[in-house]
Amino acid sequence: MNKVSVIRGVAAPLERSNVDTDQIIPAVFLKRVTKTGFEDALFYAWRQDPEFVLNRAEFQNARVLIAGPDFGTGSSREHAVWALRDYGFDAVLSPRFGDIFRGNSGKQGLLSGEISEPDAAKLWAIIADRPGIEATVDLVERTVSVGDYSTTFKIDDYTRWRLLEGLDDISLTLRDEERITEFESHRASWRPRTLPVR
Amino acid sequence: MGRTLAEKVWDDHLVTKGTDGTPDLLYIDLHLVHEVTSPQAFDGLRLAGRPVRRPDLTIATEDHNTPTLAIDKPIADLTSRTQIETLRRNAVDFGIRLHSLGDIEQGIVHVVGPQLGLTVPGSTVVCGDSHTSTHGAFGAMAFGIGTSEVEHVLATQTLPLMPFKTMAITVDGDLRPGVTAKDIILAVIAKIGTGGGQGYVLEFRGSAIRSLTMDGRMTICNMSIEAGARAGMIAPDQITYDYLEGRPHAPQGAEWEAALEYWNTLVTDDDAVFDAEVHLDADELEPFVTWGTNPGQGVSLSEAVPDPASYPDQNDRAAAERALEYMALAAGTPMKDIPVDAVFMGSCTNSRIEDLRAFASIIKGQKKAEGVRVMVVPGSARVRIEAEAEGIDQIVKDFGAEWRFAGCSMCLGMNPDQLAPGERCASTSNRNFEGRQGKGGRTHLVSPLVAAATAIRGTLSSPWDLRTETVGGVAESGRKA
Ligand code: SF4
Repeated sequence: MNKVSVIRGVAAPLERSNVDTDQIIPAVFLKRVTKTGFEDALFYAWRQDPEFVLNRAEFQNARVLIAGPDFGTGSSREHAVWALRDYGFDAVLSPRFGDIFRGNSGKQGLLSGEISEPDAAKLWAIIADRPGIEATVDLVERTVSVGDYSTTFKIDDYTRWRLLEGLDDISLTLRDEERITEFESHRASWRPRTLPVR
Repeated sequence: MGRTLAEKVWDDHLVTKGTDGTPDLLYIDLHLVHEVTSPQAFDGLRLAGRPVRRPDLTIATEDHNTPTLAIDKPIADLTSRTQIETLRRNAVDFGIRLHSLGDIEQGIVHVVGPQLGLTVPGSTVVCGDSHTSTHGAFGAMAFGIGTSEVEHVLATQTLPLMPFKTMAITVDGDLRPGVTAKDIILAVIAKIGTGGGQGYVLEFRGSAIRSLTMDGRMTICNMSIEAGARAGMIAPDQITYDYLEGRPHAPQGAEWEAALEYWNTLVTDDDAVFDAEVHLDADELEPFVTWGTNPGQGVSLSEAVPDPASYPDQNDRAAAERALEYMALAAGTPMKDIPVDAVFMGSCTNSRIEDLRAFASIIKGQKKAEGVRVMVVPGSARVRIEAEAEGIDQIVKDFGAEWRFAGCSMCLGMNPDQLAPGERCASTSNRNFEGRQGKGGRTHLVSPLVAAATAIRGTLSSPWDLRTETVGGVAESGRKA
């Protein structure tokens, strides 16, 4: 996984709340078995509308998405994160995230930062004045700046550290493999097993 | 200080305790796998040259894409077929037990685990599917995970997790006839909102919960995720044990006794403290139904479509406006005046044998409303067979409805079972998101009893709206809302 520290790029406003993962990527795209190539699926229904923000010329090559509260709620599909990454987003800022989405994003190098609702509104207003303006998202300092306005975002320490180091979960856990084996040695014998088939 | 049920189960699965903001490492007792969220996880293992650590704690089934008609034919949709074939190949390559289409244990992953006796109290259960919360009905800690986490569990049988907060949802009193577990959970979600449970494990308690059967408890825990929660739990009791005893993979003999001894400790201590508490009175509940495009947008069936202007919060108001536009509903319309084009009876929320029995009890001897498409999809092949042994298939067919093979079906429309654009459906599933049941489709979430009454009348209805002589026991003691 690539290390993430400072992200600089066009900021796109998504002025909607409760953007669930079905809206981020409809179920029909979940049939694929690959981990990449989901860029066209992102916000599929909304992108049919020529006026949709990502269809506007100013927001081509957007890297930072500024969304309303409750972004990424609903289904656990990690495809939502892949679609955002494949499209080119490196960071999403929202006043509130769906828990699973937020967990998923940290594992895929997508920065999900929590900003206040007034800050979301403020950033939208700045972008409305100057569409296409770049944002700088600084994971080290936990700040986001657009134009002259700068504010902080929240991200938990652990996810931040992992993003900064570009660490992959499994190798991290396998450093404790002895502890896992030890735990298994005293698991109760009545706990069900799927094999052999009964 | 005492501990909650959730904290006890958590503590008993700690492999390592996190320090300074690092997560705990939790051992996973049961990993359920299906075709949609697993291919990329298996690919990851292959790339890294890692085996599945515990194939004997892992089980797979085909459900999301599977057709519910002509299951002996090759799957027509190419991508669906690819996903299914990929799962079959992965199961062989990694030594995973798989129940394929046509197998007696095939079905929706959350119906299959409990029915095999694999889901037991005090266990940790995960699946790449948010409705894994279903298994919490047994006093298990069960939650949905993403595909990276699926890969992580396959490789290590553990998950790094931050502790959840705990919320008690106490439902006391007696449900009136015609009011079900589904109505309880829809009312809970409407009360606390789709974000209300965020970061929490919910523990459902109180006399109304205790009196529910396991199928009803699964309906409740299933939709915890719709309140934003990671998991929902119900402490095990005699009803749980009676359900489990004798199931193929439940402990037996001396092991059963040892398990029982442990399970009996799985209650929230009297002096435990929840981070939040919510109360609901079961006596007052009525059949509940959603009007909007998230599961929190619901009202009692006797009420009307709310006016967006009545919401103090600006986001709620905007969401309500957009929902009404999508749903093509006008504020003030009585819910009971809303006609439907389709009725879907199925999904991991309501497709177990008791759900089918409840549905059948209302439609028995009736004919469905003219022009309404009614589809009944059992949760698993075994449920289907059980229902057929009871004659439910015949009741469904005589009613004019379709009796299908098991799977997720129209819950999410990944297979051909979809709504057409603009079609309106009363659905026993769990999500009424835009386009969930088919592009442009409009979903009203309901209980099996409401689904049945709606199928008879053609407009959103409950058994209370049916004439007494037509519905036997339910309406006799029921009342007009
Ligand atoms: S029935 Fe619906 S909610 Fe349940 S697992 Fe299948 S798609 Fe998901």
